[in-house]
Amino acid sequence: MSADVQLDDVWVQFGDFVAVRDASLTIEGGEFFSFLGPSGCGKTTLLRAISGFQAPSRGRVLIGGQDMAGIGPNRRPTALIFQNLALFPLMRVWENISFALEVKGVEKSARRKKADELLELVALPGQGDKMVHELSGGQKQRVAVARALCAEPEVLLLDEPLSALDLKLRQHMRTELRAIQQRAGITFIYITHDQGEALTMSDRIAVMRQGVIDQIGDGTTVYDHPETAFVASFVGENNFFSGRVAEVSGATATVDTQAGRFCARISGAVPVWPGDEAIVFVRPESIRFARNGSDQNTLTVKLTHQEFEGHFWHLVLQTDSGDQIRMSVMNDGSSDTHEMESWIDIGFSAQSAIVLARGDLAAD
Amino acid sequence: MLGWLRWFMARNGIALSVYMLGAVALWVIVMIVLPQLFMLDFSFRHNWQQIDPSKMGGPEDVYTFVNYHFLAYGSPNNPDPFNVVDVTVFFRTIIAAVFVTIFDLALCYPIAYYLAQVARGGKARLLVLSLIIPFWVNELLRAFAFRILFGEEGTINAILVGLGLLSEPIDFVREDVALYAGLGYAYILLMIFPIYNVVESLDKNQIEAARDMGASWLRIHRRVVIPFAKPGITSGCTMVFMLSAGALAAPQILGGPSSLWFTQIIYQWFNTGSNWPRGSAYAIVLMLTCVLLVLVLMKIFKVKIGEIGR
Ligand SMILES: Nc1ncnc2c1ncn2[C@@H]1O[C@H](COP(=O)(O)OP(=O)(O)O)[C@@H](O)[C@H]1O
Ligand SMILES: [Mg+2]
Repeated sequence: MSADVQLDDVWVQFGDFVAVRDASLTIEGGEFFSFLGPSGCGKTTLLRAISGFQAPSRGRVLIGGQDMAGIGPNRRPTALIFQNLALFPLMRVWENISFALEVKGVEKSARRKKADELLELVALPGQGDKMVHELSGGQKQRVAVARALCAEPEVLLLDEPLSALDLKLRQHMRTELRAIQQRAGITFIYITHDQGEALTMSDRIAVMRQGVIDQIGDGTTVYDHPETAFVASFVGENNFFSGRVAEVSGATATVDTQAGRFCARISGAVPVWPGDEAIVFVRPESIRFARNGSDQNTLTVKLTHQEFEGHFWHLVLQTDSGDQIRMSVMNDGSSDTHEMESWIDIGFSAQSAIVLARGDLAAD
Repeated sequence: MLGWLRWFMARNGIALSVYMLGAVALWVIVMIVLPQLFMLDFSFRHNWQQIDPSKMGGPEDVYTFVNYHFLAYGSPNNPDPFNVVDVTVFFRTIIAAVFVTIFDLALCYPIAYYLAQVARGGKARLLVLSLIIPFWVNELLRAFAFRILFGEEGTINAILVGLGLLSEPIDFVREDVALYAGLGYAYILLMIFPIYNVVESLDKNQIEAARDMGASWLRIHRRVVIPFAKPGITSGCTMVFMLSAGALAAPQILGGPSSLWFTQIIYQWFNTGSNWPRGSAYAIVLMLTCVLLVLVLMKIFKVKIGEIGR
C-alpha cells in the first residue's frame, strides 16, 4: 500500500530562524520523489516534519488524506531512514530488521522468517546472524532499508542514505534503491544534495534553497527548464552571463552582458521584460565550435585549460571581458585538439540558452 | 608485551620510558600492593602485641587462621553454632549495600538519561550544578543534618504529623531509613556520571529510529538505551556498592542504636579492640566478598571488565 503526502503551507521555525518556508506540494502515492538542495537548506527538517519528529510551526502535513497533526512518529504510516542509518549496534542484523515486529509482539520464529525474506529483497541473503559492525557500508545501507520496510510503511523517507558510500557503490545503490521501490510499490521521499542521485532515481524533484522550494518537476524539466537562477546553477553545470534585457520578441530575449549581446529563450513560467536585470545560462554541452555563422550567439575565447575524460573533453575558456566559460566536447574520434592559449570561436543557439531573472546562484 | 615495551621505548626515548614505567611501578607497588599485602599478612597472625609482646617474632609467631575462625565461630566459649552477631551484621551489611545500590540506580538512571539525552544547554548545566554543589557540604555535616531531618523530632515527622498523615512520629533513625537515605544520597554522583557518560554518546537517532518503528518508551530503554548504557551502569553500581558496603561515617552517625554496619565492627577491632590482625581479617573478608559478588553479577549480566573503563 502506498499513500500520498500533502504539504499544505508548511513552515518550520527554530526560534527566529526559519528552516522551512511555505512548503506546499503533493507527492503522489507510489511516487519516487526527491528533495534536492545544498547542505543546510532544510531538507532534513522537512523530512522530520513529515515523519512526525518535528511539529510544523504552521501548516499541515497530510498522509493518505489524513491530517497528521498531533500524531507521533510511531503512529504514522511512515518509516524514516536516518542520514547515519542509526542501526542498533548491539543487535544482530535480523533483530535490527525485525524490530518493528518485535514491537508488535510477533513471536520470534515469525520475526526471523520476515527478516530473512527482507534480506532476500535487499540482496543480502543469509547475513541475518551477523552483527552490524561486521557489515560493509553498502550492506549496512541495505539493512537500514530492510529494517524500514519491515514496518510496512506506506511512505518511506530516506535522508541522504547514500552519502557515506564511495562513488561506485553509490551509483550501484541508486539503481538498487529504485528497483526496491518498484518492487515494494510504496511512496519514496528521498533527500539528497547530489543532483546526480536526484536526476537518476526520481519521478519528480523539488529543488530547495534556504528553506524555500524553488521548483518542482521531473528531472528533464528541472534540468532543461529551470525557473530560477538558483535551480539553473545548482542542477547540473551551467555557464552564466549577467546583464540587462534589451529586447523581448516572442519566446526569446536579447540580453546585453559584458561578454556581449546574447539571444536566449524565455522561460514560459517566469518571463522577463526589457530593462530587467537577468542572467543568461548556457550548459557546457550546448556550446559548440562556431561554424561560419550558424549560431545566433558567438564568442571569441582563449583556451586556458583542458581535461580529457574519455568520452568528453572539458575545456575552460576565457572571454576578453574576463568571464570564464566551461565547454564539453564529445570525443568523436576526430581528435581536433586545440593549442593552449589559442583563440577559438565558439557559439550556441538561442534555443539552448535560457534567460532568467537575476537571483541567488548556488555556491560552488 | 615485549613488542609494546619496544614501541613505548621508541616513542618516548629510553630515559623518559624508564622514568615513567618506574614511577607507575612505584605507585602501584608502594601505594596499592604493599599495604594490602601487609594487611593480608596481619590477618593471618596472632595478636601477640596484646597478649604477650615478648613472643613477637619468636617461634610461636606463626601464621594462623584464628582471626577468620573467630569471624565465623566466635570465641571458643560461644554457645551458638556460629558467630551470630558478626555474621549477621556481615550479611545485613552486604544486603543493605545491595539495596542502596538498587535504590541509587533506580533514582539516578532517569536523571542521567535526562541529562544526557533530553536536557539542553543551560538547563543541563543548571541541573549538574544543583547536583554537585550540595556535595560542597562535607559528609559529617550532611550526616548530622540528616539526623535532624529524619529524627523523631525532625522536620519530616513534623510535616507528616502536622499534615495529619501520621498520628505518632516515626523514629526514622531507629528504623534505619535515615541510614539508607544518607548512604544513597552520598553516592548518587558516582552513579549518575558513569551512566551519563555512556548515554551521552548514544546516537539520538537510534532512539528516534526505535520510536519511528513504534516502540514504547519502556521498550526503547530496555532494548536500546540500557544495553548501550550497561558499562556505565556496571561501573556506577560497582562503585556505589563497594563504597556503601565500606562506609563508616554514615552508619556511625545515622545508624540506629541496634544496627551495626560491618565496617563498625572492623573499626572496633582496629581501634578500641587494638586487634589489628582480627580487624585485617574482617576487612579482607568484606573486600573479597564484595569483589566476588561484583564479578558474579558482571558474569550474569554479561559485562566484560574491559568495558567498564570506557
Ligand atoms: N533543532 C534545531 N534547532 C535549531 N536549528 C536547527 C535545528 N535543526 C536544524 N536547524 C537548522 O535548520 C537549517 C536546516 O537544517 P537541515 O534541515 O538539517 O538541513 P539539510 O538537511 O538540508 O542539510 C540549518 O541551518 C540548521 O542549522
Ligand atoms: Mg540533512
